[in-house]
Amino acid sequence: MADAIRLNLISGRTIQQGVAMEGGKEKPAYTEACGIIEIDPADFKKLGAYRNTNVLVTSEHGSVVVKAIEATQGPHPGLAYIPMGPWANAVVDPNTYGMGMPTFKGTPIQVSIATNEPVLSSVALVQKLVKE
Amino acid sequence: MAKTVTDVICPFCGTLCDDLEVQVSDDGTKILEVYNACAIGAEKFLHSQAKDRITRPRMQQEDGSYKEVSYDEAVEYTAQMLAKAKKPLMYGWSSTSCEAQSVGHEIAEAVGGVVDNTATVCHGSSLIAIQDVGIPSCTLGEVKNRADLVVFWGCNPSHAHPRHLSRYSIFPRGFFTGKGHKGRKMIVVDPRNTDTMKMADVGLQLEQGRDYELLSALRVAFRGEDLPDVVAGIPKERIYEAAEMMKNARFGVIFFGMGVTQSLGKNHNIDIAIMVTKDLNEFTKFSIIAMRGHYNVTGSGAVLGWQFGFPFATDLSRGFARYNPGETTSNDLLRRDECDAVFVLGSDPGAHFPISSVRKIAHLPSVAVDPHITPTTEISKLHVPVAFVGIEVGGCCYRMDNVPIESRKVVEPPEGMMTDTDFLARVRDRVVELKAQAPVGTQSTAEAQGA
Repeated sequence: MADAIRLNLISGRTIQQGVAMEGGKEKPAYTEACGIIEIDPADFKKLGAYRNTNVLVTSEHGSVVVKAIEATQGPHPGLAYIPMGPWANAVVDPNTYGMGMPTFKGTPIQVSIATNEPVLSSVALVQKLVKE
Repeated sequence: MAKTVTDVICPFCGTLCDDLEVQVSDDGTKILEVYNACAIGAEKFLHSQAKDRITRPRMQQEDGSYKEVSYDEAVEYTAQMLAKAKKPLMYGWSSTSCEAQSVGHEIAEAVGGVVDNTATVCHGSSLIAIQDVGIPSCTLGEVKNRADLVVFWGCNPSHAHPRHLSRYSIFPRGFFTGKGHKGRKMIVVDPRNTDTMKMADVGLQLEQGRDYELLSALRVAFRGEDLPDVVAGIPKERIYEAAEMMKNARFGVIFFGMGVTQSLGKNHNIDIAIMVTKDLNEFTKFSIIAMRGHYNVTGSGAVLGWQFGFPFATDLSRGFARYNPGETTSNDLLRRDECDAVFVLGSDPGAHFPISSVRKIAHLPSVAVDPHITPTTEISKLHVPVAFVGIEVGGCCYRMDNVPIESRKVVEPPEGMMTDTDFLARVRDRVVELKAQAPVGTQSTAEAQGA
């Protein structure tokens, strides 16, 4: 297995995220829309993974398993994108630096292959993480 | 025969489209089809009809499962929780009407709570910057009728505000903009080559988090001074080109989003974006508008503003309104264990707050008022489903440019379901009763002051 790669994580809205969110966050469509990480083809090469492989994303603030897909709005080598939602928020930097806003964009992360780990649904993920 | 309701307001994003048409069954109980809405707006209307929708409050049991309870029990639990708490956090308010917000603020005053809305994780930085340096702004109608140069900075309306481009900013033909998109220039700044950037005349794909440098470089370029060869990953020639385009516009507007508010620098990024706008008014007419997310987050700021003087993070626990972002903001309160109960209405911190904050909510007494099942409702002690504002009950909402628009009721809510205004009014009345019964000296405000 290839080593973990380091990327800079940002999150934000996608139209699929919006539609799936309004369709019900407990539904599988929401997991498909947001339980993903968009990675540049160049970074896929470094990671040594196929498209649509599950990966473990780790930061100083937590870790989460999501499906790695090819960047839809790239190229953006070095940058990774998880749509806003509980998967992104499992790893983002919560520090507000004294002004109220967590640092949702620009979290250093490590990504490694985790083929056999499942991507949890939003409710299952949050219920699991709050117990930790 | 179905009937069609016209001029319906879309309760999804801050664009607050007001031209939807909704086909409703004759008895006024079912939505059959939605016209003119974007994919997200249409889904919101149609999902309100879901057969598996929760229509009664649910209380969390010891094993983590949920048991149905009556609205009476839900009102009692919520009122007791808020009345007992020393400093409850009352968060959300962005997906509801101004009327409901106002009732919520009465409760917060009675119990000494902290009222915070979703701006705290969205445009809170912008509100701080606006307080620091002011804002030269305009309405979306002016953009449609006058703007010939539109800048999207750190926002991706193709995905987040899908009809913004077609209704207001790029495509429509307005009074002085008869050529529609052919008469408009478009500049997009983003660390990704977004779907919005792909449509732009000039796309500046900057290094993530270097917005301040690039905005600063633009101010240098406006003055015709020298720049380093590359700023924020953008060659200086392209910065000069964008600066010239902006200076030569007849009427320009900057729309900005989470790319600047959530990256490091935060409110300072907005400070300088506003100063860029100010600089440009030396040469031409320029405005700047925040791309507000929830359909009524602007309204929450407006109602809080005229009632207490602050647009978010308003702490009423001392018996008067205080505002200190970094201290009275939701994530700081939660992470520092400075609130002892959480009431959420019309928002989903469970999905949209960093997990360290969510963990705190899960371990506190908590009530979530939301029509949907969300990660927040599934970790709260009580989930109170209510009618959808803008679909099953009307109410005032504010568009991203601070224009109030009255949303419309399209269908009846499922039988016996409460609206959030009704639920809040009953909680308020019960809280006032409980507070009147409490012995003197045990009021939460007095304790908070001594603490």
